Amino acid sequence: MELTVLVIKSLVILAVFGITLLIATYSTYAERKVAAFLQDRIGPNRAGPFGLLQPIADAGKMFFKEDFIPAQASKWLFILGPCLAMLTALMSSAVIPFGDSIRYASFDVPVQGIDVNVGVLYVFGVVSLGVYGVMIGGWASNNKFSLLGAIRAASQNISYEVALGLSIIAILMMTGSLSLRHIVDEQNGFFQWNVFTQPLGFVIFLTCAFAECNRTPFDLPECETELIGGYHTEYSSMKLGFYLFAEYINMFTSSAIISTLYFGGFQYPFMTQVHDALVGSLGSSIGHNIATGIGTAVLFGKIFFFIFFFMWVRWTVPRFRFDQLMNLGWKTLIPLSMLNVVLTGTGLLFDKFKYATWLIVIVMIVLAATNAIKAPRRKPVAVPQI
Amino acid sequence: MTLAERMYVPAILSGLGITIRHFFMKKATIQYPEVKRYLGPIFRGHHVLKRDEQGRERCTACGLCAVACPAEAISMVAAERKKGEEGLYREEKYAAVYEINMLRCIFCGLCEEACPKQAVYLRHDRMVPVFTERDQVIYGKDRLVEKLDDRYIRNNPDAQATPTEPTLSRSVG
Repeated sequence: MELTVLVIKSLVILAVFGITLLIATYSTYAERKVAAFLQDRIGPNRAGPFGLLQPIADAGKMFFKEDFIPAQASKWLFILGPCLAMLTALMSSAVIPFGDSIRYASFDVPVQGIDVNVGVLYVFGVVSLGVYGVMIGGWASNNKFSLLGAIRAASQNISYEVALGLSIIAILMMTGSLSLRHIVDEQNGFFQWNVFTQPLGFVIFLTCAFAECNRTPFDLPECETELIGGYHTEYSSMKLGFYLFAEYINMFTSSAIISTLYFGGFQYPFMTQVHDALVGSLGSSIGHNIATGIGTAVLFGKIFFFIFFFMWVRWTVPRFRFDQLMNLGWKTLIPLSMLNVVLTGTGLLFDKFKYATWLIVIVMIVLAATNAIKAPRRKPVAVPQI
Repeated sequence: MTLAERMYVPAILSGLGITIRHFFMKKATIQYPEVKRYLGPIFRGHHVLKRDEQGRERCTACGLCAVACPAEAISMVAAERKKGEEGLYREEKYAAVYEINMLRCIFCGLCEEACPKQAVYLRHDRMVPVFTERDQVIYGKDRLVEKLDDRYIRNNPDAQATPTEPTLSRSVG
């Protein structure tokens, strides 16, 4: 590998790392702002203009708190837990293609940490490692409630990983590749985006992503009313901060993966035309780099929308009960995703027809509509006279 | 439940619609220390010992306010008006010392109702400031008697419904 390529590559990796941390930091601020706005409040606005320094103030507060380790806790595992959560959260953004490529002299360096040809598998491997951070932390705390929270997290993540994997298989069947870059390249053209070819798969993937991130409505591991605080009950100071921060990094990565897999990644309508016009007017090197920059900006726009969506759902939908969670995962999402795989396969065998899964959606809508019409009208509940 | 209800999705979508409407609504928050809401003409705030139209103290140290006070926050020492002090005190007897313990006071306004001379009021436009030390909590006459350049009137026509503290407290009369 040439030195220039190495330098550009390491710059890209550093930038991805830094941007991940920055976005996760400001997600905490955005979460509070979005929560406030959805509840007709204003949110933090005292630290700096519009409260923009709030994350720094929060981090400072976290650092100055007492770093407490319970006497009966398993000390090293107790420290390892948040480190592992943080590590796995940061690792998964390495394979996401953030843009096309940077052209320097005769080199085309892809804007991506590493372009492995098993990118999807890598993401899945790292995401399933993530549960170890929670599990180790909960176990090392030597506290019943932490352990219960950790076990809940583990069982929830394992249950939803199945449906998550199955919903992706349909995409892999259409692309024929596990490389995330290849999947993005395949989605050139607006109606080639996988959200249009795989609407059901997208809904399943989104739901499972919520569950994998332990976000509301699936935030049972940190259920305050039942488990005091879940797996991080015994944690304080920056160890707790790492757990919370890892959650926001996970949110960023899952938003990035959702945009990559289903919303065309850095693709946008009329991308080739824009690219050709820029290359034609500014030269093949600068024009290409600017076109790459636009693509990256578009991808970040999609990511920010999904981060907002995560928050929007969090402040709308109440938490599921544990049996509802398991019923939804095992009895609804997994069968549906299997059906999705079968139908996609049938469509592909039958003249490479990609939009076969719309059939499931249409059937579901028709069934729901007829069922709703046939259902007996509920009488309005009589209001007792006072 | 019908199938549509069991599929969660329609209900979740309608919920998301409701919350996003609130996202763009006008916020009810008032930025408190900078902006203050007008609390109405009968708010019971900071105590004031009124003077009459000629600037004489109205209080005659009868002690009815101290008796009425359920928190026993008021104490006073009476004194007799000397010759030549007619411009300072309206009655022949006046309060040489008049103290309110703001840690005890519950701002019930019973002193205001008990006063036969309309001397003590709880002003509607100013609150007792936050104190951090114990020696700050006993308010003497220096902080209670109405200042001549800062007279207090209850039905202030300048009082606005919009929250602006400075115009509320600057009442001339």
